[in-house]
Amino acid sequence: MRPSVFSLSAVSLGLAFLYGPIVLLILYSFNDSRLVTVWSGFSLRWYRALLQDRQMLDAVWTTARVGVLSATLSTILGTLAAVALVRAGRFRGRTGLAGMIYATLVMPEVILGLSLLLLFVAVDVARGFWTVTLAHTTLTLAYATVVVQARLSGFDRSLEEAAQDLGAPPWRAFLTVTLPNIAPAVAAAWILAFTLSLDDLVIASFTSGPGATTLPMRLYSQVRLGVNPEINAISTLLIGLVTTGVIAAWLVQRRRRA
Amino acid sequence: MRRDRSRLAAILPGLWLAAFFAFPFVLVLKLSLSDTALSVPPYTPQIDWSRLNAFIAGLDVETYARLVADRLYLDAWVSSLRIAGTATLLLLLIGYPMAYGIARCAPPARHALVMAVVLPFWTSFLIRIYAWIAILKPAGLLNAALAKLGLPAVNLLNTEAAVILGLVYAYLPFMVLPLYAVLERQDGRLVEAARDLGSPPFRAFWTVTFPLSLPGVAAGALLCFIPMAGEFVVPDLLGGSETLMLGRVIWTEFFANRDWPAASAVAVALLATLLAPILLFERQQAKVLR
Repeated sequence: MRPSVFSLSAVSLGLAFLYGPIVLLILYSFNDSRLVTVWSGFSLRWYRALLQDRQMLDAVWTTARVGVLSATLSTILGTLAAVALVRAGRFRGRTGLAGMIYATLVMPEVILGLSLLLLFVAVDVARGFWTVTLAHTTLTLAYATVVVQARLSGFDRSLEEAAQDLGAPPWRAFLTVTLPNIAPAVAAAWILAFTLSLDDLVIASFTSGPGATTLPMRLYSQVRLGVNPEINAISTLLIGLVTTGVIAAWLVQRRRRA
Repeated sequence: MRRDRSRLAAILPGLWLAAFFAFPFVLVLKLSLSDTALSVPPYTPQIDWSRLNAFIAGLDVETYARLVADRLYLDAWVSSLRIAGTATLLLLLIGYPMAYGIARCAPPARHALVMAVVLPFWTSFLIRIYAWIAILKPAGLLNAALAKLGLPAVNLLNTEAAVILGLVYAYLPFMVLPLYAVLERQDGRLVEAARDLGSPPFRAFWTVTFPLSLPGVAAGALLCFIPMAGEFVVPDLLGGSETLMLGRVIWTEFFANRDWPAASAVAVALLATLLAPILLFERQQAKVLR
């Protein structure tokens, strides 16, 4: 099966479409001029401006905390859900659980955000760091489940059964045999959950309160004012960070498989 | 015995989703049936479970009547579906050849290409849409490039076309991946057999490859269409004030007009519209994983 000229050009055009805008964005973060269309020389001034932007740095810190906490919670819950869905066969509530998980994947964020906000208002909790974290855990739980589920359903169960036959209690067989085997998927689920949390504007806007402005919320209020090279600078840093992380995770997973 | 244990793992995530995903929808529905009031929070009744009868008697459809009477909401509903539908078709037209091309490559290149398609998805959605503002705005990069070529300038920013472009751009990985998953698994010998029997390449594709890839087409289309219909960021940043979409209407009712019942009623309408596609998507996923 050799790729034809048609498929090669479809793939390369598609990738050019995907990467073109990102490359331009990165390029113009090093532009000395404030104008997008005028290139007036290489400069790091927007990065320097960024370092002095107290509000932006606060937002980065908030986002990082929300991301780490919600990703950890949702990975734990998602792994549990995956275990139940793959292992437990048919049980009462399975359809409900699976239904809620797949519905989260496609649910428009505006609806999720609004409904969670109403919940927080109904139980009368102050909105802020914790409510965003809870909301993000709910959003990313479904993605974490799907990632772990894919790996778990390919895992040979007889290994765990062997451990149990040798006298290990089920929880111990799971922790010492199964978990190390699905660890790359659990790590991938965590990274995915973290990235989604890092990325979310809509749900955070609904569920956050004063003092817990996340980075996308901050970026959004800046973007509304127009194109600003400082946003290009922080975007470039984010893209660099995420790209490095994802490629590293991919290489680790590949080496394991090989 | 062993089965019973793994069943227990469902308890925590199940309770979590019931409390933070399913139950809040009840509140949205409830609020959409309440009166608007100028207070914080800006709506009248809190939930009082002890007086269920009074509660039911207190429900009224005033908010919905208001929505039906105002053309704005109907227009937003129609254009949400039109925009998401157009974008889904374009995504199929662009995503299918890409997925097909990738599935045709040798395995090492294939993995790298899948990675390359997925990578932009990991970088911020907001940032990727923001990047298009610099390209599309009147004094932006696109018009600068057109001027160099001696072509007339185009004004795309704040149009429906820009919204569709942004949606296609942002959701392309979600279209390519399910299509690729189906095409990659396909047995290449089936096409070879068709070719050996004298079928020209396109016909072999149209009668063998394409029908077999329909589950992927359905999965990709649903995975993109449903969230796109309620999308907020893309119409807000690229669509200007002219482009009405339901996601944006909910946002405006909530944050700008502080009309929570209206925001809830629009959310209920959106959800009701998407219910059938969501159920289809769920059936599809359940089938794929079995």
